[in-house]
Amino acid sequence: MLFFLEVILSGLLAGVMYSLVAIGFVLILKASGVFNFAQGAMVLFAALTFVCLLEKAIPFWAAFFITLAVMIVLAVAIERIVLRPLVAKPPIILFMATIGLAFFLEGLGQGIWGADVHGLNIGIPDDPFEWLMNKGILISQFDLVAAFIAAILVTVLVLFFHKTATGTALMAVSDDPEAAQSVGISLRWIWVITWSISGFVALVAGIMWGTRLGVQYSLSLIVLKALPVLILGGFESIAGAIIAGLIIGASEKLADVYIGPYVGGGLENFFPYFLAMVFLCFRPYGLFGREAIERV
Amino acid sequence: MSMNVDRDHILVEVEDIHITFGGLKALNGICMNINKGEILATIGPNGAGKTTLINAINGVCHPNPGRIVFEGKDLTNMRPHHVASLGIARTFQNVALFKGMSVLDNITMGRHSKIKSGFFSQGLYWGLGQKMEIEHREAVEIVIEWLEIQNIRETPTGALPYGLQKKVELGRALAAEPKLLLLDEPMAGMSLEEKEDIARFILDAREEFGTTICLIEHDMGVVMDVSNRIVVLEFGEKIAEGTPEEIRNNQRVINAYLGTDGH
Repeated sequence: MLFFLEVILSGLLAGVMYSLVAIGFVLILKASGVFNFAQGAMVLFAALTFVCLLEKAIPFWAAFFITLAVMIVLAVAIERIVLRPLVAKPPIILFMATIGLAFFLEGLGQGIWGADVHGLNIGIPDDPFEWLMNKGILISQFDLVAAFIAAILVTVLVLFFHKTATGTALMAVSDDPEAAQSVGISLRWIWVITWSISGFVALVAGIMWGTRLGVQYSLSLIVLKALPVLILGGFESIAGAIIAGLIIGASEKLADVYIGPYVGGGLENFFPYFLAMVFLCFRPYGLFGREAIERV
Repeated sequence: MSMNVDRDHILVEVEDIHITFGGLKALNGICMNINKGEILATIGPNGAGKTTLINAINGVCHPNPGRIVFEGKDLTNMRPHHVASLGIARTFQNVALFKGMSVLDNITMGRHSKIKSGFFSQGLYWGLGQKMEIEHREAVEIVIEWLEIQNIRETPTGALPYGLQKKVELGRALAAEPKLLLLDEPMAGMSLEEKEDIARFILDAREEFGTTICLIEHDMGVVMDVSNRIVVLEFGEKIAEGTPEEIRNNQRVINAYLGTDGH
């Protein structure tokens, strides 16, 4: 029983890390209807900038805020150079533009900071949490801190969306950009805001994942882990991204431990995609996505 | 009548605007005024450029060449959100509501251009923020009560029947307390009863809020009943302008609608 609990807990905590990446997608999709292929590249770019600033002996919080400023500048530049000329084009065009953006960011990041693997240590030990260890459950302290940070991040985002005029304006734009403009909402401003927030989420995700895996090119591939989370949660729901992240994390661990031995192991790597496929067949809009209702 | 006296009555001056989409001349040299406090109807066959005219005033598309002046301010190259902040609200031909939000939230969004309590104080219910909040809530409640939609205030607008959606959209536009209200086919697809309902609200909006209204409508009966003045467009050009009585007897308009005789 203790072992079962340990598997579930560590799965849930891993899931939080997936959610962290998935939220970045959801934000941009909600506000501009674009599936941002460059989200992974943004995570890499943010983590790379942050870790290299740290290596130049800049203190943690200074490096954090400088990187945040860089991500905001990036958001302004993306709005001005990529989004503005493509306004009112079909979503597929914007999607392709973000593919280009992904390559550009990966190149830019590595061009400036080099392609080396950087270790990132933010001072949280990846050791078992003692209180739980004494009860017989092995859970990493780092995972717990990551979950805590994600919880704060999500709370702040939810409050922002539901309690501020800018947040509700963002939701209005995601519902109907034309109507949103007609009531006085500036589309350009909303885009800069969303890409900035998404850059901020990418920075947090980049720091957490970078600490886990080291800051390197493969960091941009964690988006692949976010895809099943998005499919499960529904592409437009922040709550969905969180809950789906938890489900994916827990189920892949459980499947690996309890079903893995019968099928030769390695289940953890593909189980999330299997789950996503099942969802695509039976509930394609995800757990929390809006079912498209059309009048005929 | 001297020119100066005339100009005091003018809310919007549309000066020789041209709008081209690719090779298509959607508007070709339109000149017209919208007078303060009037209900002006724009009519014309499909593709005449009526919606483009509203889009140009609202900032969705920009005339070139040509100029649009609202209360002495040049709107020609303003973007829609800026135009909205000057006091111009509109509805759309195909209902454009925030479908995931409730009726109440939709109408509250209508006041977005009036909310000016700063980025960080927004929605934090303290001090100035709170005062603003109460003021906005009252304005929203007035609109809801006035449109008689209290019973659906919490319903997500996506779940409402078409006629009610149109009504909520009108409410959202009115919540902004606009000086000019642009209505793009506010009664399209409605039953006779619903049309009469909306026509009453349009007349009341002018009476109670002093709103100037420019509307596009196909139903001639309604147009003749509610409007003070009518502008007729055909193929991007203005072919007539005048009171309902004048338009009814205008030969060019009769030709445009009924086809020329002699065939």
